[in-house]
Amino acid sequence: MEQILEFITVYREQIYFVILSIFVGVEIIGGVPTVLHTPLMSGANAIHGVVIIGAIHVMLNLNPEDTLALVLGFLAVFLGTLNVVGGFVVTDRMLEMFKKK
Amino acid sequence: MISNYLLELSYLIGSVSFIAGLKLMGHPKTARKGNLIGAAGMTLAILATIFLHHTFNPLIISLIFAAIALGTIVGWMTAKRVPMTKMPELVSLFNGMGGACAALISIIEFYHNQNNTPSLGTEIAILGGMIIGSVSFSGSIIAFLKLNGTMKKPIRLPSYNILNIIILLITLVLAIYFAVSQSNFSMLMMVFAFALTYGILLTIPIGGADMPVVISLLNSFTGLAAAFGGFLYDNKIMLTGGILVGSAGTLLTLAMCKAMNRPLSNVIFGAFGGGSSSESTETKGSIKDISASDLAVLLAYSKKVVIVPGYGLAVAQAQHTIKELEDLLESKGVEVKYAIHPVAGRMPGHMNVLLAEANVSYDKLVEMEEINPEFEQTDVVLVVGANDVVNPAAKTDPSSPIYGMPILEVDKAKHIIVNKRSMSAGYAGIDNLLFYNPKCSMYFGDAKKALTDLIAEIKNL
Repeated sequence: MEQILEFITVYREQIYFVILSIFVGVEIIGGVPTVLHTPLMSGANAIHGVVIIGAIHVMLNLNPEDTLALVLGFLAVFLGTLNVVGGFVVTDRMLEMFKKK
Repeated sequence: MISNYLLELSYLIGSVSFIAGLKLMGHPKTARKGNLIGAAGMTLAILATIFLHHTFNPLIISLIFAAIALGTIVGWMTAKRVPMTKMPELVSLFNGMGGACAALISIIEFYHNQNNTPSLGTEIAILGGMIIGSVSFSGSIIAFLKLNGTMKKPIRLPSYNILNIIILLITLVLAIYFAVSQSNFSMLMMVFAFALTYGILLTIPIGGADMPVVISLLNSFTGLAAAFGGFLYDNKIMLTGGILVGSAGTLLTLAMCKAMNRPLSNVIFGAFGGGSSSESTETKGSIKDISASDLAVLLAYSKKVVIVPGYGLAVAQAQHTIKELEDLLESKGVEVKYAIHPVAGRMPGHMNVLLAEANVSYDKLVEMEEINPEFEQTDVVLVVGANDVVNPAAKTDPSSPIYGMPILEVDKAKHIIVNKRSMSAGYAGIDNLLFYNPKCSMYFGDAKKALTDLIAEIKNL
């Protein structure tokens, strides 16, 4: 029990952050017309590509001698980039269709 | 140090750009700008992470740049080249890549710090990122294969619900044991393997029509996995981005379920279009055929025509042909509108994108609630490549798997013309009694070819 309470205290900042972000996320999506659901999902898909920051972070702190870790890190950055670039480009292509003719 | 301040500032700007970007994407006029703002924030955050880091190793930096360059080229080309009809599976694929990235981060992080005992918080973050990332990865790949047509039939293992829950429980128990005991790398790999298996089993039994819901759900999973990464490094932009997508994605998933009038639990635990759907015992009646020339006359002398486009239209790449038909009919003084079911195509809004690509004007696309009362004054409804969204069983047959889904009430129109390739059932795998309606005639053929023939006949009139 004490461990849990301690955990909450140690990470209180992050916990506040998470709770507030959840509400922001809900607020943002509320009332979006159905036609935009697909582009919005695709846009959200691109934004969670932010995970690439973690991949870069991990890479930067690796020991340059550790080949296995470097290979995995390279793969992680590559996949993260695919998510980010692919996600934003696809979304842009979808939204391009909605512009005024 | 100044570089640290700058890094935090870029993350702050990045986070705000994600929130503002997503908000702007909620409106058709500002949507494109919103996406670009999000992309700009992301670029800033990525560059800041690389350049404002205090250590500098030429090998690592060049590897990072190589990976980013390669990913950019591959991602860009794929996203630009894939036809609009393939959008949903592409989103699913990119989502899977993000999930894999999150899982890899956790694995490397653990591998890298094997000799130090991590704190409970670190272990939770590592496990959370890895489990959710892996489920999202394997699930998205299955979703991709299914939408792609590589994996055709929903595969249902015996009592798969129980099996899935058991696998999930094993994963969680292993993870908890891992967190509280002396952990080692091979145990982490075991949790990894179980999480991957769970992702596969979760997606494999789900039928095609429910796929968008699953993709949206997995999308929010990846957001959550990214947030765990943010937790791990106390990185605020990963935390905001991840949680934002997690909560927005969940809400979007629920909105999609609502559009189909199916609870989420039903999508995940209940099979769609399974063998359980009862065969209708009543006499179905007979089916009428209509030729291109007869249909041409019928359409050209109508006052009001409503087109119901479905995925079959998109697959046949007939968006441009239908636009040509619309123009031709309008030049003859016929009023033409499109009735868009909330889940027309493969995802909500997918059909709008496809028709917009063919220059169909935005205000001709009428949503279900608005068009339904108009069907009574409609002379001809032309259903092209749609099936389940006009199936009256959704209203009349409680035993039907789509019972309760709101449909386009095309049977109120004077004439119903259905263009289909064959008499095969729709995506949900169920028969459609509309085709046996005395007002309904079938116009068989591939949508593009059938419409081209029809246009030629109208021009000959």
